[in-house]
Amino acid sequence: MNAHRADVVIVGGGIMGAATAFFLRKRGVSVILLERGLIGQQASGVNFGNTRRMGRPVEQLPLSNRSRESWLKFKELFGEDVELLLNGQLRVGFTPAHEERMAKYAQEAQDFGLGMQMLSANALHERFPYLGPELTAGCYAPYEGHANPRLAAPAIGRAAVREGAQVFENTEIVRVEKEGEDFRVTAADGRIFRAPVALITAGAWGNRISAKFGEPVPMIAKAPQMCVTEPVPYAIGPTTGALADAPEQSVYFRQVARGNIIIGGGGHELVDLDNRRAYVNPSRTLLTLKNAPRVMPAFNHLSIIRVWSGIEGYMEDSRPVMGPSARVPGLYYAFGFSGEGFQLGPGVGDVMAELIHTGATTTPIEHYHIGRFAKLAAQPA
Amino acid sequence: MNHRFTRLAETSRIPVRLVIDGHTVEALVGDTLMVALLNNVRHLRESEFDDGKRAGFCLMGACQDCWVWTADGERLRACTTVVGEGMHIVTRQPEATWPNLA
Amino acid sequence: MAQPRVIIVGAGPSGVRCAETLVAAGLRPTVIDENRRDGGQIYRRQPDNFTRPYAKLYGTEAGRAQSLHESFDALRDKVDYLPETLAWNIFDNKLHVVRNEVSSAMPYDALIICSGATDRLMPVKGWHYAGTYSLGASQIALKAQACAIGRQIVFLGTGPLLYLVASQYIKAGANVAAVLDTSPLMRRVMALPKLLARPSVLLNGLGLVAGIKRAGVPVLTGITPVEIKGESESGVQSVLIRDSRGNERSFQCDAVAMGYHLRPETQLADLARCAFRFEQETRQWLPEVDEDGRSSVPGVYLAGDGMRVLGADAAEIGGRLAAMAVLTDLRLKVSDEELQGLRAEQASMERFRQGLAQAFPWPAEQAAQLPDEAIVCRCEAITAGELRHVVCGMGAQEANRAKAFSRVGMGRCQGRYCGHAGAEVIAHAAGVPVEQVGRLRGQAPVKPLSIAVREEQE
Repeated sequence: MNAHRADVVIVGGGIMGAATAFFLRKRGVSVILLERGLIGQQASGVNFGNTRRMGRPVEQLPLSNRSRESWLKFKELFGEDVELLLNGQLRVGFTPAHEERMAKYAQEAQDFGLGMQMLSANALHERFPYLGPELTAGCYAPYEGHANPRLAAPAIGRAAVREGAQVFENTEIVRVEKEGEDFRVTAADGRIFRAPVALITAGAWGNRISAKFGEPVPMIAKAPQMCVTEPVPYAIGPTTGALADAPEQSVYFRQVARGNIIIGGGGHELVDLDNRRAYVNPSRTLLTLKNAPRVMPAFNHLSIIRVWSGIEGYMEDSRPVMGPSARVPGLYYAFGFSGEGFQLGPGVGDVMAELIHTGATTTPIEHYHIGRFAKLAAQPA
Repeated sequence: MNHRFTRLAETSRIPVRLVIDGHTVEALVGDTLMVALLNNVRHLRESEFDDGKRAGFCLMGACQDCWVWTADGERLRACTTVVGEGMHIVTRQPEATWPNLA
Repeated sequence: MAQPRVIIVGAGPSGVRCAETLVAAGLRPTVIDENRRDGGQIYRRQPDNFTRPYAKLYGTEAGRAQSLHESFDALRDKVDYLPETLAWNIFDNKLHVVRNEVSSAMPYDALIICSGATDRLMPVKGWHYAGTYSLGASQIALKAQACAIGRQIVFLGTGPLLYLVASQYIKAGANVAAVLDTSPLMRRVMALPKLLARPSVLLNGLGLVAGIKRAGVPVLTGITPVEIKGESESGVQSVLIRDSRGNERSFQCDAVAMGYHLRPETQLADLARCAFRFEQETRQWLPEVDEDGRSSVPGVYLAGDGMRVLGADAAEIGGRLAAMAVLTDLRLKVSDEELQGLRAEQASMERFRQGLAQAFPWPAEQAAQLPDEAIVCRCEAITAGELRHVVCGMGAQEANRAKAFSRVGMGRCQGRYCGHAGAEVIAHAAGVPVEQVGRLRGQAPVKPLSIAVREEQE
């Protein structure tokens, strides 16, 4: 059997892998994209759907801004509408400490074009009269928005196919190894894929592959806890997130143009990676339902009609692994986006394609180099 | 023809009054809210997606097609709610100001 | 051993008989039910201030209804009964129930799901117009509220319930415009050997059809629904069909009662992570059970129409069998003779069920013929054309993938009313067998959960 061959083989068909495949094709590089299930089915497809920049570490904002350029011309680039709605992002707080956190961030990130405006209690309630009386301050970023995660990564995947990427879905990978100058990727059914360059975009499973190349990273898989209301008339402009002093107390929500309000929060559940199913813990749902009306009391009149979860890879330091391998020439990584990858997806694809194609990138990503965990590999297992 | 359902028996029950879209109407004690409404008007609500008026479907709390708004922004499932004296029901989709009613 | 914690979900025929059997064995089960009163949908009790006698309400089934109600009345202080309580989730061997906006987690050693059934629907163009109801709905309007769903009613679909409800409407004085059955008469003749497993039920059914015809109501078999005509403002105006000879015929009406037999309410079994299997005869996914109702998950049992639709009489047997399975698994004594007897009775019910599936088949082929502009998912108002687009244009050949792309099955009803038909549309558009399309995964809450809900403080 002839092996499938290309310039680059990508393992993992989430938004990162699909976007990189797309941008590599735009640069004329041949590419194979391998996905165990269907494109964008795991974390890329089940996340909250935020395309915000506000709140990201300042060092990440150049990458996030680069991604924003792709989001703004999503339809033009990838050929499909994915319900992008740019009605701003609002962070709200309950305490002076929350206000201080927001003000500090607004100060630190002021040069990145987010247009953040701090709002006093009065201004906040005047501008967003549906907010609860306990809220004492807010920070509004007018250019942010959200999109439909069920549609985005599959749309990018189809665009990559149209550009000439070879996409193989339902292809479980059992081995990735270096053989001479080539990477040899073996599927469970025996198919072989070869390329001189390999990119690992395997999300919560990325660590398993990097460890095989002597580069283990501290990552755990967690399941976000989402729910959605029935459709009600569109009334809530900005995506809204309340600051919390513990992850379990967090709550954030967005209303889609059709009217449903998606609510996340309540912390995370741990995941059994082998069974590939993530569950919603009813106690966390109830916690979110208790906290959401503190932000918007009118929630108490609505019902949720569905809950869901997914599998996301969280790094110990909350920073993704992105860039070249520290040990193996030709090997690249982009995984572990710690629950914040959706907005970054198109930008990561753009940057990784640039990096693989030219050997360098104009967007700083050195914070995310896997070498920061080199001492882990030296430790006995 | 201003109502959808027709009563075939059990008509000597005590009346109860409710308000539908600003008009006071009569129903009977023991009616579900849905039956109270549809013995007075021809629909319960508007579809959110512009395909017209809806009047419920399953009557057993499974299809969720009969959720109605009260005048103060509450939501009720009409087929499993018992009608009460003085209920004030709105069959139109409310404006985008609904979250401010709470 | 401490008193085992046994929970029954549902107080219809199977739930009540299950509770009765457990109580007789010395247990004190908890009975959770969504309704205000016991009886389920089939033996639903009318409100207290209604006066119609049993015979008028339940017809030939009056004796069974009364017996079930009386049995449950006698059990009331021997069980923990929670009416108006929704079982909304199962997690970590706990049943999550909500009552009066308070949610509590109930641990169990055995959980018996007697969740009953809802109407099985095949869309037709125009079925979203106000005035279209499920067959079950039309029966509830009459039984529980003494109302007809309109002034002039067309009954459309197939199955025994079609004739039963039409006949009940005629007896109650409603104006029935027509009974339009998609099943050809020949199918019933072919199914006779199996239907003879329950001769009295068969005779009853034949009597119903004869009665409807005597009342001068047109009864057409082997028809193909074309369209429910109407207006978005005023609702249903007429039903257009093709008769068995292929001629178009129209029936004026202001209400349509439609249904194609019933489908089990399997959301809880799904949330309990029970395995499902595809049943070819009825083209649907059903929970895997042994002959007494044990699911694939230890401690979780299924009974009645919520497991597979065998009807009310069989549900009473199924409830008893599931209770005996629980008792056996708890190492308590059961009568082997009784067990064998119930199993034999259930087997003849099963044979009858297969007869019904043959006589009144699920009209899968209609899904292929649905015009693109017909709504498939009523909740989200998604058309057959939109669903076909995600299959053919976006490569979604699996039910959950198609749901993610198109929203079919994503609405308030969680795919109860569009799931089966949606799968047929996908299968036809993709050119794959319907079992390959799979089934919509159950997602909590089983029904909408108010955000005002609070967790019970222990």
